[in-house]
Amino acid sequence: MIPPQFEYVKPNSVAEAVSALGESEEAKALAGGQSLLPLLRFRLAYPDVVVDLGELAELRGVRDEGDAVWIGAMTTHYDVVNDPVIAEHCELLAMATRTVADPAVRHRGTIGGSLSHADPAGDLPAVALALEAEFLISGPEGERTVAAPDFFEDYLTTTLEPEEILTGIRVPKWEGWSFHYEKFARTAQAWAIVGVAAGTRRREGEIAEARVGLTNMGPTPMRAHAVEEALVGVPAQAGSVRAASATADQGTAPPSDVNGQADYRRHLARVLTERALEQAAGI
Amino acid sequence: MTIAPEDRQLGLPRLRKEDARLITGQTNWTDNIQQVGTLHVAFLRSPVAHARISGLDVSAAQEQPGVISVLTGADFGEEQGSLPCAWPVTEDMVLPEHPPMAVEEVRFVGEAVACVVARDPYTAVDALEMIDVDFEPLPAVLDMEAALTEDADLVHTAAGTNKAFVWPMSNGDVDAAFDGAEVVVTRRYRQQRLIPAAMEPRSVVCSPDGDTFTLWSATQIPHILRVMLAMTTGIPEQKIRVVAPDVGGGFGSKLQVTAEEVLTLLLAKRLNKPVKWTETRSEGFQTTHHGRDQIQDVSIAADADGRVRGLKVDLMADMGAYMMLVTPGVPLLGAFMYPGIYKMDAYAFSCTGVFTTKTPTDAYRGAGRPEATYAIERIMSELAHELGMDPMELRRRNWINHDEFPYTSIGGLTYDSGNYEAATARAMELFGYDALRAEQRARRERGDTVQLGLGISTYTEMCGLAPSRMLGGLSYGAGGWEHASVRMLPTGGVEVVTGTTPHGQGHVTAWSQIAADYLGVPFDDVQVLHGDTQVSPQGMDTYGSRSLVVGGTAVVEACGRVVEKARKLAAHMLEAAEGDVEFSNGRFRVRGTQEPSAGIQELALAAFTAHDLPEEMEASLNAEATFDPENFSYPHGTHLCAVEVDTATGRASIRSYVAVDDVGTAVNPLLVEGQVHGGLAQGIAQAMFEEAVHDAEGNLVTSTMADYLVPSAVDLPEFTTDRTETPAVTNPMGAKGVGEAGTIASTPAVVNAVVDALRPFGVDDVRMPCTPERIWRAMAQAGAGGDTAPGTPTSLAASSEESTAAGTTQTGETGGEGATQ
Amino acid sequence: MPHIRVTVDGVRYDDEIEARRLLTHYLRDTLGKVGTPIGCDTSNCGACTVLMDGMSAKSCSVLAVQADGHEITTVEGLASNGTWHPVQRAFHENHALQCGYCTPGMIMATLDLLQENLDPSDEEIREGLEGNLCRCTGYSNIVKAVRTAAAEIRAAESAPTVMTASGAEEVPRQAAGEPRRPMAKGGGTS
Repeated sequence: MIPPQFEYVKPNSVAEAVSALGESEEAKALAGGQSLLPLLRFRLAYPDVVVDLGELAELRGVRDEGDAVWIGAMTTHYDVVNDPVIAEHCELLAMATRTVADPAVRHRGTIGGSLSHADPAGDLPAVALALEAEFLISGPEGERTVAAPDFFEDYLTTTLEPEEILTGIRVPKWEGWSFHYEKFARTAQAWAIVGVAAGTRRREGEIAEARVGLTNMGPTPMRAHAVEEALVGVPAQAGSVRAASATADQGTAPPSDVNGQADYRRHLARVLTERALEQAAGI
Repeated sequence: MTIAPEDRQLGLPRLRKEDARLITGQTNWTDNIQQVGTLHVAFLRSPVAHARISGLDVSAAQEQPGVISVLTGADFGEEQGSLPCAWPVTEDMVLPEHPPMAVEEVRFVGEAVACVVARDPYTAVDALEMIDVDFEPLPAVLDMEAALTEDADLVHTAAGTNKAFVWPMSNGDVDAAFDGAEVVVTRRYRQQRLIPAAMEPRSVVCSPDGDTFTLWSATQIPHILRVMLAMTTGIPEQKIRVVAPDVGGGFGSKLQVTAEEVLTLLLAKRLNKPVKWTETRSEGFQTTHHGRDQIQDVSIAADADGRVRGLKVDLMADMGAYMMLVTPGVPLLGAFMYPGIYKMDAYAFSCTGVFTTKTPTDAYRGAGRPEATYAIERIMSELAHELGMDPMELRRRNWINHDEFPYTSIGGLTYDSGNYEAATARAMELFGYDALRAEQRARRERGDTVQLGLGISTYTEMCGLAPSRMLGGLSYGAGGWEHASVRMLPTGGVEVVTGTTPHGQGHVTAWSQIAADYLGVPFDDVQVLHGDTQVSPQGMDTYGSRSLVVGGTAVVEACGRVVEKARKLAAHMLEAAEGDVEFSNGRFRVRGTQEPSAGIQELALAAFTAHDLPEEMEASLNAEATFDPENFSYPHGTHLCAVEVDTATGRASIRSYVAVDDVGTAVNPLLVEGQVHGGLAQGIAQAMFEEAVHDAEGNLVTSTMADYLVPSAVDLPEFTTDRTETPAVTNPMGAKGVGEAGTIASTPAVVNAVVDALRPFGVDDVRMPCTPERIWRAMAQAGAGGDTAPGTPTSLAASSEESTAAGTTQTGETGGEGATQ
Repeated sequence: MPHIRVTVDGVRYDDEIEARRLLTHYLRDTLGKVGTPIGCDTSNCGACTVLMDGMSAKSCSVLAVQADGHEITTVEGLASNGTWHPVQRAFHENHALQCGYCTPGMIMATLDLLQENLDPSDEEIREGLEGNLCRCTGYSNIVKAVRTAAAEIRAAESAPTVMTASGAEEVPRQAAGEPRRPMAKGGGTS
């Protein structure tokens, strides 16, 4: 499997990268390459220019910004998993990232690459959604910030214009919350059939608030709003979690494919949501 | 063998001689062969399952810089011949023409329609995109049962049918066995299509030298390949040298004469340059033959006390689009094994071969025998359930007792030796059967989300392929013998040349142990050569767990002949009569004396100098032997599997797995254990993970390793393995073969465990692979009293409602309500 | 064509290469380092695993141009003066390979795993190798080999003598459990 021919550009700044991407309709940004390289090898993509973001140190790293954590788009999964700021303030992200692919892929794959690829079976989009991350985008017109639900538009499609790049995300600190990511795949390497990112804030014996993001339950990552609403103020007990989780597949549009048919995915979403919430809430 | 027990190499867990190069990257895979001037070929492959080629324009590709030649099937014409099938199982078997490159029609996705030869692989692949092909679609034929109906679309129009053959056999009065039976259990099992997925992709390099050709290939069968290349292309056999260098696994997938091997040879001949082709993984998944893919209708008849009376098996076997080397014979290798280790009065078997527009099937680890073992071991557990009997107890009541060997089975084979009681006792002890049953009861009683299931497989298999006479009786196109030559070198070293062709098994190490003992020389003094028709001119290669039993025995016999030659020379040097000279631990002595003595390694120098040889002795200490076994060998064993099923998600996880195998005498227990482990992994993979899935148009959906789920270390359990040793009596070492045992035994053990866990839900089958979704569906639907075991269908177009395991049970006096509780 | 400078198994190379050339093809076809095989096209099998700046990477999913300025270690670069790396030795002594095709990748992934965690449980070993497929061994002996190698390296580390810096004696740079390279705080320079 051999990629098609392309020109290669390695910009030294975000501005240069944006300008390189703007020079051709068919230009493609290369982050860690762990999704793009297989696409190129299968000739499912024919970029005329590949813009390698690998040298952009400014896109790499994690920064504590007070009420939020900034994560550079080119931060590798490996670095996300091992970062102390993320461990302290975004444990869900570290937890989910640990389940992405395998160690070698995590060394090279990046958070920005995963989010921009926007595969609904990927683990990180649903996490970004559940954590209400902001997406920081640079383009020819300057910078813009979009909320997670607005970033993911459709299957493998984001709000990014061809000449824009995702420079990072900003994740609010969820003080007083606890989270869990429950992934269900047939083998260790397989994509999630369904994944659930869940978080709760407990107040005495109650669940004060909850967040639930769903992986692979539609063309984009989804929030299980019905579950979240049903959990507000309920006792932090198995019964109430179970009742709320029964609505986990509401409003979803799961695919039917070789890994699972839609009705099974709906069932899994309910079961896994319950399990993820129980873990998150310590029930 | 005349060697003191403490000096014996046989039976020692010797570390492998093979490893040094493999762990340091000093390897010689076919794709590593880089010759000056090598041209690279890439194939354009059919994107459709069935079509007429109505137009093919290669002119643009031909004009690309760096492109040497672009060729179509028509360009190869008559020269490419037809790929061989060596096993016409019946006289009237349909054997369609199979041009290596399609000429008029394509019949599976991936069939080659053109090729580009270029200076480098990048250029070749780029130029493929410049080729224009017009495909005029023809109907895909995907479902075996539909393919056999009267107005079915045809894979091969000229044949007038999709039915390739019907092959029946029977023994005993089957009607009587079933008519008088108190219990009859009938089931339909599906052996899903599998992709062998050896880690090394196929690769071929062919280098011309005048009118002779050296062809390196990632093959299990260099010797057979050489014969078949000559027969297919008309190039004289003596002009072809085939080399199997380091070969990275085969599992049957490299027991083949492939289109790419033939075409690479023809290209080298045509262009008079070395030509190389290496498949990509997804290309290989589409074009390297697949395995299994059978529908098994099985009925078993028994008395109320569990005594089995008879067995009926009606098989449909998917050939795919063409007959490859042994495609039609694979299901018949299982024909004799459906009765397993059990005594019964009557047995009837019939197999119908069916053409479909899919990749051809052929040998995959176990080849026919895993399917047979699956069916009998699954239905024995079903019968036990029907009778309300412990599944192990039912087996005990029916198996051949150790004092009944040799035993001629109802399948017509004579099992030479075995001790099912001993292997089972050891397995039960290691497994902790009774404690697990108690835990299972407790989990059932408290309605635990996680249920426990115990699965049993008490298997035997036939291997050590094979007595040539018996192969002839089955219309196989070759013999089953194996060849070895042993040469004592002047400096005392030993060269063993074997006709077997290892691709991971460790023949170099094991054969060194054999030669060391039978010649009385140090293990390190033995060099084993193989896999090159110029070095090892005679051989039948490696498959069917035959190498040790047949090829190893040939080494033993050749060593014996060398010793006899050396004895003659020793007698001459010791000035004694030959009959008075004894051989032990590598030295010859006159009976009753210690000194003087003559070592076989010193005698090698004496033979080489030839200064003082006895009358009529030639100046060499070497010998050849060709061994043709009188019978198959019959490894057996007891495998026990405990599975936990999360009833909320349907996920099954193996909690413990015990395998006690009896492979006869173990030459090297380390290698035996490795073979068992790997076999278990593949058998478990069939039970739980792997399936080649096609869509409604006949595209292979699982065409990459991202979709076809070869399990990783995380997905497999730790295995508990042990052995009992009941030597085979049909070869001097007592070996039985071990390459396929683990795969054959494990699949039914796992599925029996899954089904056992789900009994309270009324489930009596889950179709393989037992994915979480299938288990969930089986639970949901069995409770409603319907058919069991649907799930993600083989064809994506089919609905999730598809039912697959139409089970019926007629019960006699024992009562019962049918297939489900 | 882009120009790259890369160090492979201690040797520096300067090359003009096509931008689309995969690192694995660069290693095998340009440098002749065929010890690293290719097993798939989706980065699932891990046969082509090498170390890039000490961390495992699947060389089929990296462009050679991305290796510019980096250091690559392949299985060919582990033994030193004929002395095998403890991981190589452990694979041999535990019969952790049969056909050997996955072995280079398996060994490189093991090195990465042991740099990360020098006292892994069996479960951690299996997880550490989840990106490397083997069709022959059923993994049991591979797990055993990794466990053995870890113990041997731990013992060597606690031994009083300082080991040489040769490849064969390479030992993890940090103690078990600690991440190998703590992330720099902040977003780097801009």
